[in-house]
Amino acid sequence: MVSLADRQAQPGLGAVPFVVALIVAAALIFAAGRWINNSYVFFAGYVVLQYIVLGTAWNILGGYTGYVNFGVTAFFAIGAYTSVVFYKLAPWVPLPVMILVGGLLAGLVGLGTGYLTLRLRGVFFSIATLALAVVVQTLITNWDFVGGARGAYVLRPRVAPLIGGEYVQYLFLLMLGLCVLALATARAIERSALGYGFAAIRDDEGAAEASGVPTLRLKLIATALSGGFMGMAGAPLPYYVTYLDPASGFSLNYAVNAIAMPLIGGTSSWLGPVVGAIVVGGLQEYLRVTISSAINVLVAGLLMVIFVIAAPQGIVGLFRRKR
Amino acid sequence: MDVSLDLLLNAVISGLLLGGFYAAVSIGVAISFGMLDIVNIAHPAFILLGSYVAFIANSVLGIDPILATLIAMPAFYLLGMVAYQVYYVAFERRDDQSLRGLSFFFGLLFITEVTLVLIFGVDYRLVQARYIGPNLNLGLFELPLRLLVPFLVSLIMVMALQLFLSKTFIGRAIQAVAQDQLALRLMAADPVRIKRIAFGISIATASLAGAFLIIIQPVEPSIGREYIGRVFAICVLGGLGSFPGMVIAAMTLGIAESLTATFFGPSWAPAVAFGVLLITLAVRPSGILGR
Amino acid sequence: MTALLQVEGLGKRFGGFVALEGIELEVRQGERLGLIGPNGSGKSTLVNCICGTLRNELGQVRFDGQALDGLSAHQRTRRGLARSFQLPRPFGSLSLADNLRIPILYAVNARGGASVTGPSIDARCRALLGEVGLAAKADRLPRDLTQIEMRKLELARAMAAEPKLLIADEVMAGLSHAEVDEIIALLIRLNGQGVTVIMIEHIMRAVMEVSQRLAVLVAGKKIADGKPADVVRDPEVVRAYLGE
Repeated sequence: MVSLADRQAQPGLGAVPFVVALIVAAALIFAAGRWINNSYVFFAGYVVLQYIVLGTAWNILGGYTGYVNFGVTAFFAIGAYTSVVFYKLAPWVPLPVMILVGGLLAGLVGLGTGYLTLRLRGVFFSIATLALAVVVQTLITNWDFVGGARGAYVLRPRVAPLIGGEYVQYLFLLMLGLCVLALATARAIERSALGYGFAAIRDDEGAAEASGVPTLRLKLIATALSGGFMGMAGAPLPYYVTYLDPASGFSLNYAVNAIAMPLIGGTSSWLGPVVGAIVVGGLQEYLRVTISSAINVLVAGLLMVIFVIAAPQGIVGLFRRKR
Repeated sequence: MDVSLDLLLNAVISGLLLGGFYAAVSIGVAISFGMLDIVNIAHPAFILLGSYVAFIANSVLGIDPILATLIAMPAFYLLGMVAYQVYYVAFERRDDQSLRGLSFFFGLLFITEVTLVLIFGVDYRLVQARYIGPNLNLGLFELPLRLLVPFLVSLIMVMALQLFLSKTFIGRAIQAVAQDQLALRLMAADPVRIKRIAFGISIATASLAGAFLIIIQPVEPSIGREYIGRVFAICVLGGLGSFPGMVIAAMTLGIAESLTATFFGPSWAPAVAFGVLLITLAVRPSGILGR
Repeated sequence: MTALLQVEGLGKRFGGFVALEGIELEVRQGERLGLIGPNGSGKSTLVNCICGTLRNELGQVRFDGQALDGLSAHQRTRRGLARSFQLPRPFGSLSLADNLRIPILYAVNARGGASVTGPSIDARCRALLGEVGLAAKADRLPRDLTQIEMRKLELARAMAAEPKLLIADEVMAGLSHAEVDEIIALLIRLNGQGVTVIMIEHIMRAVMEVSQRLAVLVAGKKIADGKPADVVRDPEVVRAYLGE
């Protein structure tokens, strides 16, 4: 396993150049999409980008800090349903604002859950996140204002603001922006004192405490960041699917993918969730169009179990070892 | 006044009976998590497997669901042993239990659910038996037989397991491995083998619990997830490693859910377990009778 | 010399088992205290209670004049308490140098005043590793170490927190004669720099050489506390610890 010292000693990009590189890559991707001018590219691409954000968010708490969050759907749905509420009350609010508010709410819920359970063993935190997912789903299913069990319809505007063209391109662009934000955050954490603190907690929490690491505070930070990004990833969803009901909004697929992709791609670096999202997401899409949409859902779970048993360092780890 | 007292009483009785069923559902985790420290969140998936086994046996062969799962128990026992072996080789031995071990079980849960959907679809399935439908009328209250029968069989199972653990050599070895592996090794018993047997037993209980489940309510693949919270809420509330505590907690939760369903509506019931879990974890993590 | 650490009436139970009872201990600033006792007498439990890894039900611990009640372990470390673990607990995914980086980032830098940053952190980590003889393995992972080297890493990590009081819990177990001498010299050198030292050990040679004062723990109670030469001749100590 590559130690952080190795990473620091490597002549990698500094924080600002990295962000610039990300933005340039994002701009190129978007331009390519516009040039191809095919809706499918944007629809399919949106899903992959969404999983990059979800996977990165999960990995901040999971891979970096060692706490497994099974309640991905809770945070994701909080973001999605925040947008539904905005849509019903104040649809003129720009989507980026909805994203921020959704992220904030999800982050706060993460903080609250963490505060209740992070003093206990990591296992109890994980179980509590499962609990959270069901509680949030039950609450929203019983909340008629957002449609309850029947679901809510959201009308997609016909033209994208700012850039023109189809609205899905705007969603794609926003998700690209979230990717840049999430990846920049993850990489910044990796190279900072915070990242070292997370790693210490993951490796041996008791020893970390004895070494001066404020473990509860750092875990709360990780949980809030993780939940917040998941909420932001969920916020554009109603506009993407146009019909949102709890059964699909809280689909276990989001949780499994968010966990499987970093585990398959590699949890020790920001690159892992990206590789995982592209490889698994691509494979799922291929299977969906060739075989069936039910099989593709199985793939993530199967691959996750296989990788977790046979290749714990993920794809990125496999390549690192070969070097 | 009379009406609501009647309603209350029936809700409490139903809750108690439901609690017996919850004990059967949770006893597997009381063993795997309470005694072996293995966080098998896929336990509800095994229960669902039991339910579908009962469904097939019942609808195709007309066998009583409880009988069917009793017959299937050895297969489940073997399945449990295999699952533990994989878990042990891949995680416990490498001492990498938390992140990847949990993900392993989560993956199993998911794969089982999706496979069941692929085979059986998302329709609700149920079974037929003589005791599903009629109620036992005891004057002031009615005891639905479909709750009473699982309740009774469940308590028998829990008591049988308690006796097994305290009276037989293997049972006591299992209790020992829960407390001190080194001492067990010094007694020339192989801890891995003991744990494998224990985990096998844990999954075997899921078979029978699956029959109870499909007797009590119609079943479809995704309901397993509701039970994760219930099962762990019960084990944590009852105190890990204590069977009597677990049974009390199961009854308590059953009553709480029944009251909630009666007075607030059934769609709120799943949240009760999880709410209880979150509160217990926050306030008294060692549970009612925990060590 | 003023009292740096004051343990007053400390008691700790695990369920029905009384691990520590009525422990009174005072460690003066700049002192070197040896703590000995048979296995299971509660030495590590005492260390855990002092450092906050465990909470004692009875009694109080005062450090630098202030009660430590309710303070978490990391807060106590920031106040100047540091300990090595009897069974080494390294950060497995970090290199040795990075293992030492953690206390520098989180204990030393958190105290206010000038922070150690950038290349100086790395230099300091390597220097500390050099003091325990692990400089050559600075970029390796803990799993590449022998048990003995891991104990040295434990000690180095505790030193990295720049403590006022360092508790070394059985650091020398399994070390060769020469290595024991190295650690003895290291502890005395640290002490010379102003660090108060509590040394828990079974190797009597080291205990006698390092300790200015010796305390003995048996079955959760302190049975002796005084000059090392006197303590080892105390009949109760001889009976309980050194064998009949």
